[in-house]
Amino acid sequence: MNIAIRSLLEVQETSLLVARAFRRLFRRPIYLTEMFTQADVIGVGSLTIILLTGFFTGGVLTLQTYPTLKYYGAQDQTGYLVALSLVRELGPVLTALMCTGRVGSAIAAELGSMVVSQQIDAMRALGTDPVRKLVAPRLVALVVTLPLLTVVADVIGIIGGGAVSTGLYGMPMESFFSSVRHGITTDDITGGVIKPVVFALIIGSVACNKGLSTEGGTVGVGRSTTSAVVTASILVIVADFFLAKALQVILNMPGK
Amino acid sequence: MASTELETQQRMDAAIEGVDNRVSEAAAESTFQEIEDDARAIPAIEFQHVTLGFGDRNVLDDLSFKVMKGETKIILGGSGTGKSTTIKLVLGLLKPDEGRVFVNGEDVTDYGEYEMMRVRKNIGMIFQEGALFDSLSVYENVAYRLHEQGVPEDEAEQEVRRMLRFVNLEDAIDKMPAELSGGMRRRVGIARALVGAPQIVMFDEPTAGLDPPTARTICELAIKLRDLEDVSSMFVTHEMNNVEYLTSEYAAVNDEGEVIFEEEGQKLCLINTKIMMIRDGHIIFSGTDEQLTKTDDPYIKRFLRGK
Ligand SMILES: Nc1ncnc2c1ncn2[C@@H]1O[C@H](COP(=O)(O)OP(=O)(O)OP(=O)(O)O)[C@@H](O)[C@H]1O
Ligand SMILES: [Mg+2]
Repeated sequence: MNIAIRSLLEVQETSLLVARAFRRLFRRPIYLTEMFTQADVIGVGSLTIILLTGFFTGGVLTLQTYPTLKYYGAQDQTGYLVALSLVRELGPVLTALMCTGRVGSAIAAELGSMVVSQQIDAMRALGTDPVRKLVAPRLVALVVTLPLLTVVADVIGIIGGGAVSTGLYGMPMESFFSSVRHGITTDDITGGVIKPVVFALIIGSVACNKGLSTEGGTVGVGRSTTSAVVTASILVIVADFFLAKALQVILNMPGK
Repeated sequence: MASTELETQQRMDAAIEGVDNRVSEAAAESTFQEIEDDARAIPAIEFQHVTLGFGDRNVLDDLSFKVMKGETKIILGGSGTGKSTTIKLVLGLLKPDEGRVFVNGEDVTDYGEYEMMRVRKNIGMIFQEGALFDSLSVYENVAYRLHEQGVPEDEAEQEVRRMLRFVNLEDAIDKMPAELSGGMRRRVGIARALVGAPQIVMFDEPTAGLDPPTARTICELAIKLRDLEDVSSMFVTHEMNNVEYLTSEYAAVNDEGEVIFEEEGQKLCLINTKIMMIRDGHIIFSGTDEQLTKTDDPYIKRFLRGK
């Protein structure tokens, strides 16, 4: 089988998995506890790394753009530029990539070890559908928490940017934040929240599918984990490009 | 090859069935309700010409057999001959490449995962490796099926404690699987499989690696299920003393209401256990323990004696 056919098959398998997870989502028993546990693990658990990456990304953006803007005498636009980059691109993409590394790998490894230790078989033998019990709660938790984490990253990034511009460049705090407020539109924020929903589906479905299709013992678990992280990261970045274009068209903000 | 032998076997099975019913029903009148004779004629498990390959090697090749209601089928065979695979086919964890699988007369071969769930509710499976959920405690593992079915917590706890007492592990109720020894893990697996009183039970080497008394307890459990609860089962094992226990003893309830085990020959009884041996994907033997010990096949002889 060549690579093209294999990847197409994988895309098909992954989409079927998502379809199966969501189709029976509201049929009893509903695994609410599982969803909350996963939301806690995925969402709350990722908060620290999101805070750190968000803050320093905002900081470095200011660090790099302020001197350039100052050269053109437009340094009072720093807040606007930093916030725009964060809300539209860096917030969603960086959060998604961090979560791929932290959450995607954990999901693939956990499901993968459950496959090789026959726990998935045991679950099926006991009359539970692993897709509903394991995949669906993870997907739901990701879809709910990733946008929230993205918003946190955006906000903390802007704060980081503000801190650098005041602390390092002596710009008044108010002028930074007022340029943020005046520059950012609702469309930017809408777009910035739609993206993580799609990314969450990508990360969750790729990680679950790779995990559940693990073969070949513990070595296989390592393989699926790596491949889950790599595949999901690439897909997130590729999807980001097409989403950006689609959002420009849909929200009617070409180029701006 | 073995098809004529099998047919004879099945006729014999049917003949024995009638006598056997009376014995086991008399032994346990209180524990199960009368079942119509028609229903008993339907095998609990039936394979028809089942073939399954991994890669280009056929692990199972045209396998046909029946396990009648209330019967225990011991499966013998060298390592890697496809015993665990056979058991997984019954549960639909694997699907055959060719042939049909029937559970209680229902053709489950083409069932999807969702329909299969209903069938699996009636089947308990003891995995060779235990396969405990390692993120759940012993209690949660054993109560898994009850929790899934939404059984109230106090009821579930009672049932779990009863099952754990059965396998001698009540003390370990709050432990995590990682804290257990191999044999303890297997016993938790047994308790988990038997919760909810399934009518069909698959034992995949339940006594491997256990000390003789514990292994004996597990065999007694299988005998009790067979004779007192009318459970149909498949029992994979490599231990010849397990075969001996299962084919020479039966369980009955004495006047004091205690379960006792009687040796064959003490009273007239017919023990509802058959033996089946697999080699290279084929059934090379199917019959009773007497037939097995009398066989002339050099491979089987060597298998039984180990040399
Ligand atoms: N998922 C799989 N992929 C490829 N081959 C497999 C798979 N599962 C089992 N096999 C092969 O099928 C054969 C039968 O395996 P099975 O586990 O049924 O053996 P077994 O009779 O239970 O052996 P044992 O007594 O050692 O438990 C083995 O040769 C094994 O290599
Ligand atoms: Mg096996």
